[in-house]
Amino acid sequence: MHSSFLLSALILVPLLGAIGSMLTRKVPGRSYIAAVAASVVEVGIAFVVWITYNNHITGAATFDFATRHVISAPLGLAYDVALDGISLMMVMLTAIVVLLALLGSRERRSEPAFVSWMLVLTSFTMGSFLAHDVMEFFIFFELTLIPCFFIISQWGGKERANAALKFFIYTFVGSAFLFIGILYLGFAHQHQTGTALTFAYGALSTTTMSHSTAVWLFLAFAIAFAVKSPIWPLHTWSPLAYAEAPTAGSIELSALLAKLGSYGLLRFAVALLPLSLASVRPYVMTLAVIGILYGAALACVTPDLKRLVAYSSLGQMGFITLGIMTGSTIATSGAVLMMFNHGIITIGFFLVIDFIQKRRGSILLKDITGLQGPAPVLAALFTVLMMASVGLPGLAGFVGEFLILLGTFATHAWWGVFASLGVITAALYLLWLYQRVFHGEAVGDNAKITDATNHERWVLAPIVLLVVLIGVYPHIALEKITPSVQQIIEHVAPSGVNK
Amino acid sequence: MAKFATLIVLFPLVGFLFVLINGRSLSEKQIGIAGTSAVGLSFVSTVITFFMLLGHSGREVTVNLFSWISVGSLHVPAALLVDPLSITMCLFVTGISTLIHLYSTGYMHGEKDFRKFFLYLNLFVFSMLVLVLANNLVLTFVGWEGVGACSYWLVSYYFDRDSAASAGKKAFVYNRVGDFGLLIAMFFLFSHLHTLNYISIFAGAGVLTPTIATLIVLSLLLAATGKSAQIPLFNWLPDAMEGPTPVSALIHAATMVTAGVYLLCRMAPVLALSVPGRTTIAIIGGVTAFVAATIATSQKDIKKVLAFSTVSQIGYMVMAVGAGAYSAAIFLMIAHAFFKALLFLGSGSVIHALNGEQDMQKMGGLQKYLPLTFPTFLIGWLTISGIPPFAGFWAKGDVLANVYGYSKILWALGVLTALLTAYYMSRLFVLTFRGTERFRAVTQGHDPHESPWVMTLPLVILSALSVLGGVIDLPWIHHSSLAGFLDPTFGYIPSVVTTGTVGQIVLALVDVIVALIGLIAAFSIWKTRTQSTRYESSFFEHVWRWDDFYDTTIGRPLTRVSKFAGEVVEPKIIDGAVTAVAASVRNSAQGVSKTQSGFVRHYALAMTLGLSVIVVYLVGRAG
Repeated sequence: MHSSFLLSALILVPLLGAIGSMLTRKVPGRSYIAAVAASVVEVGIAFVVWITYNNHITGAATFDFATRHVISAPLGLAYDVALDGISLMMVMLTAIVVLLALLGSRERRSEPAFVSWMLVLTSFTMGSFLAHDVMEFFIFFELTLIPCFFIISQWGGKERANAALKFFIYTFVGSAFLFIGILYLGFAHQHQTGTALTFAYGALSTTTMSHSTAVWLFLAFAIAFAVKSPIWPLHTWSPLAYAEAPTAGSIELSALLAKLGSYGLLRFAVALLPLSLASVRPYVMTLAVIGILYGAALACVTPDLKRLVAYSSLGQMGFITLGIMTGSTIATSGAVLMMFNHGIITIGFFLVIDFIQKRRGSILLKDITGLQGPAPVLAALFTVLMMASVGLPGLAGFVGEFLILLGTFATHAWWGVFASLGVITAALYLLWLYQRVFHGEAVGDNAKITDATNHERWVLAPIVLLVVLIGVYPHIALEKITPSVQQIIEHVAPSGVNK
Repeated sequence: MAKFATLIVLFPLVGFLFVLINGRSLSEKQIGIAGTSAVGLSFVSTVITFFMLLGHSGREVTVNLFSWISVGSLHVPAALLVDPLSITMCLFVTGISTLIHLYSTGYMHGEKDFRKFFLYLNLFVFSMLVLVLANNLVLTFVGWEGVGACSYWLVSYYFDRDSAASAGKKAFVYNRVGDFGLLIAMFFLFSHLHTLNYISIFAGAGVLTPTIATLIVLSLLLAATGKSAQIPLFNWLPDAMEGPTPVSALIHAATMVTAGVYLLCRMAPVLALSVPGRTTIAIIGGVTAFVAATIATSQKDIKKVLAFSTVSQIGYMVMAVGAGAYSAAIFLMIAHAFFKALLFLGSGSVIHALNGEQDMQKMGGLQKYLPLTFPTFLIGWLTISGIPPFAGFWAKGDVLANVYGYSKILWALGVLTALLTAYYMSRLFVLTFRGTERFRAVTQGHDPHESPWVMTLPLVILSALSVLGGVIDLPWIHHSSLAGFLDPTFGYIPSVVTTGTVGQIVLALVDVIVALIGLIAAFSIWKTRTQSTRYESSFFEHVWRWDDFYDTTIGRPLTRVSKFAGEVVEPKIIDGAVTAVAASVRNSAQGVSKTQSGFVRHYALAMTLGLSVIVVYLVGRAG
């Protein structure tokens, strides 16, 4: 027996935290404490949900904690939250990301508006992952844009206006298609059943449609999600936005909002439109593989660290998209695990970059060298993250990547082979990065930097521990993920269940 | 037995964690003792497990630890497979690791990152043991990548040297190309057999079609060429000599680089299904053995000679695998571990005595100053040259006799390589220990000093093993020796047709004669010279221009493609359209609001309102 109240609390607590931060803004430092307190509570609730989530539910009811309140029957609007193993991973990720982003990057902590926007963003992201109603999902999904704008445009770097604008245009155009697609699906369902208008997830998944309708709807859905993920070639907002956003914003964008894209792709585009898959699959998978290799190529020639992580993320998200599109249980489970892993690793990357920027005042590769000499602990912590990203077995990155590639090869061999080349290219650019930044002799200002402070170590330590834990014992996550993934795969592609 | 088998793997891990957690409060000596004894205890556990396996009725014991990955039809346990092959590997891996850990406490004395060195070294031994003891390919891959990562860290140990940093990176990337092969092999096997456990693979391998089997074998070969430094991925190994010498001895001679050969031996039942695959393996091995030997004849750096010698010797092993002589490959692997570790540690002792000098032209006449290093190195030199009765003679003889039965051409190449081996090793020996003393500049006129006992004791033990190592597999007692012990693992492979006893003696005589020719040639040439344009080839010295070739055919084109993507495709083509849209929106927006933040606020509001209007409109129409 559990209370669905927990899920609503996950959405509400950050909002309350945001309000609390604004109310206490007169006292210096108080709003930051309020924000951190709210995030700690959030992590606590997420943990309780994790423990009480019943992963042994089988059959139709993979969703746990479900509750539905109709808000407006004629508009088909409802507040409907529920959670399965896939959402569960994303809920955990969201809670962890916001806490670490607030703790790790403290440069904006004295600005109540900034921490409030961070919490608002968290609340909306949480809402998107918990939404069990397609329209409700869309509303939360769309609402995330607003805090993102303000975070990038108010607190970003030199080109922040341009970055925010580009981010906006991309996501807005994508969302417009998604909105039309959702409406169409809702009305189609209403016509077929003759019941009241509803966007409930379970109801819409029974909608029947022609093959061509399914393909059109898939395209409408996928564009929005492809922008968010990003999927090549709709990615060019991301290097700019990641580079210009303040560190906490970059973390939210790449660790969380990108996952909204791949989550939406799996939950809505793939699961609601199974008829379209046979036709669209080869194209989307090809774009994913191009993304993997293209991201690596650009990561090799990019001049600054944040952009490098952005292109690296393009490649990593390519793996995730590939896994989601294969229709194989193994690959899709791997993709969900990798969504989590990539989030965790990316927090670490951006935090380390932030620590470097604080010391050197620059994140340009040409300015930084030989940091391992003066900062061995920082180097060691970064090494673990780097190796996790390269896909070293025993660390988190490997399991997801391996499952994706294995499942992809079993169902679509050639895509599997080309995507596997990404294993080599990731090593190329990350080791090159490491050599440029940490190896060599530290000269000039580089020699004078201090090693990671205690605070910085304590922020990175949980990330590193999580990376090792999931690498050594991925079962802890896979036992939650796989039954839910299997549910989706059984629905869309019965032949892929055991692959 | 399960307990002791687990302990084999566990001890080095505990050593690693112990030093990781307590490292800062421990003295150099304590770290050395902790690191060395962790590996030593692992060796003891291995010996116990070995004797228990001898007494065990079955020759395959699986030890389940926990369920690692389980998704859909994929079940990968963290489980160990104790069988003759894995325990043989463990015996020499842990044994030699213990000696090299001991040696390192002396060699690395006073280094700034002493603690880090032992951390990585223990982690390496742990990874290597996971590699050989795993009961499935995925777990083997864990060890496989783990040893690669440790190799990367240890090669770039002197990270402030650009050459060391680059060498570490090169080693890892080349290995990754090989790893790609191993991944593909796993994917093929899983797609067709739905399992990655060794025993299940072997049981079901019969259903593989010849084409699929060949693709799998070639993928495995690619993996092996990466890890074991064979053509076409061999040229990372000489660069890896940038690492401290004990690392070269342990990782880049005795253990890690033999992992590729181990993998191929492990997968013998699958190799058996593909004749073209095995032929390719044999040719790659034979050609690598020869090419590397030619390169070794013209190197000036003592460690580089030994590095190419390692490549060449592993080439022999790979050739033996291709010929189906798995136990001969393992025999040579063990003997090679003894004598190559000995030679590397000996060269380390020389380098230590000469304040880090590695150029053989600045050595010479060291025999009277290094009373323990010299005789032990002498034994190592005679062993690798194939002089009876040392271990190298028996092991190499076993390989060549088997290859003779497989292909006369490859056998001839092998004999030619043996000639070159005796030649370049004798050149190294003469330039280092005999002739005139040319080291005074590097020692500032002082006499070189012998190394401390922690360094010379391993030399003495390894030279004893090199002398006596041949007894583990003498040809006339094949059945009750290594080959007989390994028989349950390789047993179902049709045994290679070899020549009779008389034939074997003749082949052995040929081996001895070419070894002596190489020896005499080297002595007569290098007794009076330290360099020679006539006997040293620039083409050989520069590794057959292999790096240049890769640079022009792969490196530079790929860089150009990346630059093109970064400078043209990304900003001009993909982003061009978006930027145009953005610019036009911005221009119109400036009319609405002067400030950017105001603009964004308006836009956000407009978006929300706009969406609401659309909702109402559509609902009204549908309603």
